[in-house]
Amino acid sequence: MANAKEIKTVLFGPVFANNPIALQVLGICSALAVTTKMDTALVMCFALTFVVAFSNLFISMIRNHIPSSVRIIVQMTIIASLVIVVDQFLKAFAFDLSKQLSVFVGLIITNCIVMGRAEAYAMKNSPGMSFLDGIGNGLGYSVVLLVVAFIRELGGSGSLFGVQIMPLLSEGGWYQPMGFLLIAPSAFIIIGLFIWVLRAYRPEQVEKA
Amino acid sequence: MEHYLSLFVRAVFIENLALAFFLGMCTFLAVSQKIKTAFGLGVAVIVVLGISVPVNNLVFHLLLAPGALSWAGFPEADLSFLGFLTYIGVIAALVQILEMTLDKFFPALYNALGIFLPLITVNCAIFGAVAFMVERDYNFGESVVFGIGSGVGWALAITLLAGIREKLKYADIPAGLRGLGSTFLVVGLMGLGFMSFSGVSL
Repeated sequence: MANAKEIKTVLFGPVFANNPIALQVLGICSALAVTTKMDTALVMCFALTFVVAFSNLFISMIRNHIPSSVRIIVQMTIIASLVIVVDQFLKAFAFDLSKQLSVFVGLIITNCIVMGRAEAYAMKNSPGMSFLDGIGNGLGYSVVLLVVAFIRELGGSGSLFGVQIMPLLSEGGWYQPMGFLLIAPSAFIIIGLFIWVLRAYRPEQVEKA
Repeated sequence: MEHYLSLFVRAVFIENLALAFFLGMCTFLAVSQKIKTAFGLGVAVIVVLGISVPVNNLVFHLLLAPGALSWAGFPEADLSFLGFLTYIGVIAALVQILEMTLDKFFPALYNALGIFLPLITVNCAIFGAVAFMVERDYNFGESVVFGIGSGVGWALAITLLAGIREKLKYADIPAGLRGLGSTFLVVGLMGLGFMSFSGVSL
């Protein structure tokens, strides 16, 4: 059985040292589109963490029974079923949010983090550790997503989770919102700068010229 | 006709899958080092999107939509919750069939596109376009135009990015921004450029 130190590496390694978005360029497909507001970003984080943790768990449980030639299809089926569960759950209990997230919940299926972890970790490790690895990678994804959403919602509309923090000029306040932060390209630029900051602290991640 | 043309222009420029919806980013960033490979992948995406969006449109309207199974005697069946599973299966199967067909009948084309085809199954752009098609309730004709149009848009974006990155190799970029960081910034600026199309309508 794994000791405490190993569990810690598996769980918290992906958050900073080995972040799936910033270092491995995985799973940005959906990461950017849902970050104009904190609440959609938070729901997306929960959804992805749930899917990646349980898909890792289930795939790891049956890893010795999957013939390697059809493993991708088996993984896809498990992931797609989990995403359907999440999607139906959101439709039932948070219909407005599920409308705002539109196709992006479905896109968790093709999110490279989920497939990547299933292929790289769950196929080789025990169910318990795979589950933790899934949660760790979900957290790594969530950190980036929430930071980006924080900057975009606070700067773009002066609010957090829909609560007005800085009163807008148009409503008699003092804050002139930065419309740029609400449009698509700003997410790329924020992530680009985020990677720069991360690599300034961890020079070993810098790519060779 | 005009309706289709405007849908096409919208899919290529205004609602560009890569730059406005961030779809297919993983491959978009990973395979945009050289113009030649980027262009090859772009063509492969156009082909797969052009086939898989209409096929999934038929699957949705004939099998999954609420009441679609009435021809088989199940007028109350609503299988739309199976959507995700079905689309991904159809896409994976199509890519496989396309690969085998090309290998058998068009070896030259297969050699050019072959290595990209497996990558495409997990490309979010394909799945995203299919999901958009269902959500916006396109009919068959619209889905053909939308599929090809969004493919062309994606191919255009990745080829342009590869062109910029080839030139960027000669630039002296701060260490932390090298590679991934600068690519993100460039894509952000390209997205801004594409936003200027947003007023265009035919």
